[in-house]
Amino acid sequence: MSTLWPRVEALLATVQKPARYVGCEDGAVVPEHGPGIVSWLLLYPDTYEVGLPNQGLQILYELLNEQPDTAAERSYAPWIDMDKAMRTAGVPLFSVESHKPASEFDVLAFNLSAELVYTNVVNCIDLAGVPIHADKREPQHPLVIAGGHCTFNPEPLADFVDAFVIGDGEEVVTEIADVVRCWKTSGRGPREEVLRALARVPGVYVPSLYEVTYDGPRVASVTPKFPDVPARVDKRTIADLGAWPYPRHQLVPLTEVVHDRLNVEIFRGCTRGCRFCQAGMITRPVRERPADQVRTMVSEGLKRTGYDEVSLTSLSSADYSGIAEVVTGIIDDPACSGQVSVSLPSLRVDAFTVGIASEIQKVRRTGLTFAPEAGTWRLRTVINKLITEDDLYSAVDSAFSQGWRRVKLYFLIGLPSETDEDVLGIATLAGRCAELGRQHTKSATVVASVGGFVPKPQTPFQWFGQVGSAELNRRIYLLRDATKKMKGVNLKWHDSRATTAEGMASRGDRRMGAVIEDVWRSGGIFQEWSECFDIDRWNAALERHGLAAEEFVHRHRTRDEVLPWAHIGAGLHEDFLWQDWQDALAEAGLPDCRWTPCYDCGACTEFGIEHVVASPIPPAGGSQGTGQDLAVGGVVPTPVRMLATRGAAS
Amino acid sequence: MRLRVRFSKLGKVRWISHRDVARCLERAFRRVDLPVAYSGGFSPRPKVSFGLALPTGAESAAEFFDVQLVTEIDVNALPARLSAALPVGIDVQAAIQIDDRAGSLQEEVVACRWELSVRSDTSFETVCARVNEALSAAELVVSRERKGVVVNDDIRPAILSLEALNAVGGSKGSPASAEKPPVTLVAAELATTTRGLRPAELASALGLDPAYVGLRRTHQWIERDGARIEPLALAGPLSAGLAAERLNGGQKRAG
Repeated sequence: MSTLWPRVEALLATVQKPARYVGCEDGAVVPEHGPGIVSWLLLYPDTYEVGLPNQGLQILYELLNEQPDTAAERSYAPWIDMDKAMRTAGVPLFSVESHKPASEFDVLAFNLSAELVYTNVVNCIDLAGVPIHADKREPQHPLVIAGGHCTFNPEPLADFVDAFVIGDGEEVVTEIADVVRCWKTSGRGPREEVLRALARVPGVYVPSLYEVTYDGPRVASVTPKFPDVPARVDKRTIADLGAWPYPRHQLVPLTEVVHDRLNVEIFRGCTRGCRFCQAGMITRPVRERPADQVRTMVSEGLKRTGYDEVSLTSLSSADYSGIAEVVTGIIDDPACSGQVSVSLPSLRVDAFTVGIASEIQKVRRTGLTFAPEAGTWRLRTVINKLITEDDLYSAVDSAFSQGWRRVKLYFLIGLPSETDEDVLGIATLAGRCAELGRQHTKSATVVASVGGFVPKPQTPFQWFGQVGSAELNRRIYLLRDATKKMKGVNLKWHDSRATTAEGMASRGDRRMGAVIEDVWRSGGIFQEWSECFDIDRWNAALERHGLAAEEFVHRHRTRDEVLPWAHIGAGLHEDFLWQDWQDALAEAGLPDCRWTPCYDCGACTEFGIEHVVASPIPPAGGSQGTGQDLAVGGVVPTPVRMLATRGAAS
Repeated sequence: MRLRVRFSKLGKVRWISHRDVARCLERAFRRVDLPVAYSGGFSPRPKVSFGLALPTGAESAAEFFDVQLVTEIDVNALPARLSAALPVGIDVQAAIQIDDRAGSLQEEVVACRWELSVRSDTSFETVCARVNEALSAAELVVSRERKGVVVNDDIRPAILSLEALNAVGGSKGSPASAEKPPVTLVAAELATTTRGLRPAELASALGLDPAYVGLRRTHQWIERDGARIEPLALAGPLSAGLAAERLNGGQKRAG
């Protein structure tokens, strides 16, 4: 393999943030490559500072470099200035470790964490000098693989990706490497040979091996072309997070990145059952990391990296069994000499959580964030985010009384069954929170941040037609007018047009590939960056291909139609998802199955696995999604809100 | 105890910024358990002070920082310990104890020596001619925009010395990177006080595109009793010790 470094370096004086392209991170390895070694280029299709901290990519990086017969390097999407400089100088996409050309790797593996990066995926393949269309590639070209949450609807990228990995990557990555090694050492026969072999690996979906037929705007069928290709590809799930204490050597970048701190994943999966949340639906069941292992990973990680901050990551970190003890243990650890701060992303909305937050943020108490998601209790029962107003007010009151001066509240707009009353409920909540704050500090501010809702595949809301951007704007302006005169309330909202484009990329079928390609061809890269996003490119591309956003994004789907992602299995029974959707419309909540009896969504029973939790008792505080007052905690709750009679709702 | 530390920044890490280097150092301090003093207040910061920021993309054989510690340490062991905790390309070369009242690097450094390696097609002869032109000029006026106002400055007084060297035949200096073919070097001593001159400005004044000029700082100079010395010289422990005594105004070093 060759290095492009001298040619890359010649461009660095002409671009912003050259540190993005030099690598040299602590924890990075420059692996050996060779004929018997399968070389992977792990790609994050966004900027270096967004992509570097990605834990999924770092886990696979370590696993692959630990094996004697696999090697992994990394690459990130070059920013617009560098992309231009590289194309002008004829420099292809490269790895940041040894600055080798991407096309010299056996596998280009993309991490897909957000849908608006899809045009960057195409751009990276092209910049690598590899044909963007999977069916145009020759045996000498790398295999293009993609994993991550977005692969639960892989279809919009089916034209460009040879194989998708569904679910947890820890185990399947070495199985894929074995298949690729056989192909490589036997002289790289026709691509179909290796793709057929990959399709036999559980959790691997090879789109070119399926025939898709259409009925107007709808998908009529998705059929395997060969008998050994599975009709449905089910996700992979690791049963025990404790068996995978990765990353052991988290990368420490030389330049500032997002989440620039030690990150330790304390559990994977979430069964709160928020119906809008794709991550919660596709990562079930809950698998906690043993507390001892968390402590070891934190203390060794801090020592090795020199970071003074650790984030205990998960989808709802305050739900970890014994979270208070773990947090106190870190802060009181003499090895950390009192200099370490702990952060918990995704704070639950209750006073208990604020108590933990005040324990760990002794200094710099500026802002605290909660996500009530909807403005009224009615709508929160629809989305199954069962936070009472009392939960929120006691959390906010507690935050302001303990010295925080700014509280940020996250809301979604465009949720199923949302009325103007629900929208204005956001203003009422924010206003009341600001009032509570002023009792403690004159400078109390409440930031209400409103994002447009995209009904994601593999969730109970997958049948719901996404609200259009004009209607989203009407609701946002309603809210803007209602909060304009409110003291201490700041409203922020996302561009509703970007929500529509996200809907296209999330909810589309294979025909969306041509649209993504056109947006890319017209120069539309970095579409998740507001300064680069342009809805006109998306609309023009749709029109050119005779497709309508109405059909792909905004149409309510029916139970009898074939969803574009129906052949991808997230472990959830279709009838569970449909029933949960009906329960949503009937405004019936569903308790967390970690602490209440199983309702058989399929995630455990389909795969013969179970929750791994250290305590069967929910942590103290809040209503815990049961409607009960569990402020004292330590009581096994009984669900008081019973499920609506099955099938009664319309 | 207060330390002055000297380090180099060579190779790929030249592309990280001054602020990035500061953050790498802070992490390295924690990794080697260096007992760094922290400022008090709302947002405690380690008591570290740097000299003149090195432009992103420039290499340096002579970078310095001063750091305040709360307890005594073995200063001689520090360079190796700290280097091991820093990225490849950043090497701590020397450390000495200095007086708590010694002047800061920011105040004391009066000039820097730079090597500019010319990577454009400009020939050695052309560079020589431009160097001579600049040296013989009575004044060299450059304009730059500051807060929306165009300011014209004469930079000639800030050029203390200037010389073009052919890196193929010359014995002085070396190309900025071993991977590069031989290049024309411009060696310059530039003042950093009053109207200090940045090496990129000098390159522009010589008609060279700064994007095609490799920069390396080889020396920083402070003045002591009319003589020019380095803030912490590299030539062995004896002269480092002498330099320290001169820095400390003749006071005996502790430890």
